[in-house]
Amino acid sequence: MAALVLSALILVIFNFARDPTVIRAQDLAPSALWVTITFAATTALNRAFAVELDHGALDGLLLAPVGREAIYLGKLLGNLVFTGIVQLITIPLFVLFFNLDLHGTLPAILLLAFLATVGFTAVGTVFSALTVRVQFAELMLPVLLLPFMVPPLIGAAQVTSKLLAGRPLADSAGWLQILATYDIVFLTLSVLVFPAVLDE
Amino acid sequence: MLTVLALLALAAHYVRAIEYTPIEATQGLAQKIFYVHVPAAWSAFLAYGIVGVCSALFLWLGDRRLDLFAEASAEVGTVLTLIVLTTGPLWGKPIWGTWWQWEVRLTSTLFLFFLMVGYLTLRRSIFDPLVRARYSAVVGILGAMLVPFIHLSVYMFRTIHPKPVILNPEGPTLPGSMLSTLLEGVAIMTVAYLGLVMLRYGIGRLQEEKEARHAAAS
Repeated sequence: MAALVLSALILVIFNFARDPTVIRAQDLAPSALWVTITFAATTALNRAFAVELDHGALDGLLLAPVGREAIYLGKLLGNLVFTGIVQLITIPLFVLFFNLDLHGTLPAILLLAFLATVGFTAVGTVFSALTVRVQFAELMLPVLLLPFMVPPLIGAAQVTSKLLAGRPLADSAGWLQILATYDIVFLTLSVLVFPAVLDE
Repeated sequence: MLTVLALLALAAHYVRAIEYTPIEATQGLAQKIFYVHVPAAWSAFLAYGIVGVCSALFLWLGDRRLDLFAEASAEVGTVLTLIVLTTGPLWGKPIWGTWWQWEVRLTSTLFLFFLMVGYLTLRRSIFDPLVRARYSAVVGILGAMLVPFIHLSVYMFRTIHPKPVILNPEGPTLPGSMLSTLLEGVAIMTVAYLGLVMLRYGIGRLQEEKEARHAAAS
């Protein structure tokens, strides 16, 4: 819930953090959308493993007769659903605040949002399991994770601005390939390294 | 010993670069910084590659020395990255007319710096040596894999950095004497990097022994 309010607030702040006589809202729209989603996702990831630690739930999970990979994939799925919900609410707000017409480009934007989110959420889930037991977890997670958000953020903002300019998704095939490769590489690596984060 | 020799050689290299290497026609003296900048950049990327490799080997083999070596490499690498990030703008101001550009190699190096600092900050905030080793190995591996992606995505964003003068498809475009000075710089900087890492690694080992003795005594 807090992540939703946060993303609405960031969108509003973005709208005021520009000179309306020089920069049109539409020009700022792609960056506003993606910075908002990135920060909302970070706050969500910060809580992902904290809730497991609160009542010793993580120990229970570890005792369960499932592999560490299953725990990881479960947490990842949960985080993706959560980020997905945040996106589903942020995108309409975004259309409203920035006065955009997404008619026809909405499916492309949703596909893009998915491709851009999977990779960094995969890494973020590992990092959130790791920082939760470290001092200053709320600070450590963004410091470690923000660099990982850069490639998806650049790609997503570039493709969004092309889509908003009315160009078809096929024009951005290169970026989509990079985003998909990023997702596959970091999803695989994360599954491989996650057990090292949980081993006691 | 190796470190001292390498640092002396580095000083001699700069004398050669300044005094005995021809001055570049269009850029003048500003181009001399290139003999510091490029070797440091090369060693910085090498340093992070070694952090990644040592991290992966640590998770596989579980040898604590690999973890200490990765830490040493990250610390030396951070210093090298800072050298790159300071010499770059010093050259960029007279030649490009701007201190900073969102260019692919600048941005990659900047993120290399952020990754190394993040890695070292994480290490500082974990006290159990085994947990620290495992957690930082995870961050080291993922970080090393991120660098090519940042490079690629910023490359697609835009670029104005000078084209590579050695590793480009048409072969080296640099005149002979400049090329040999540069290669000498790269070689010496790599040895200096290794020397400093070994030194830092030695300190890491001593610290670990001390902590172990401390734990045994209490």
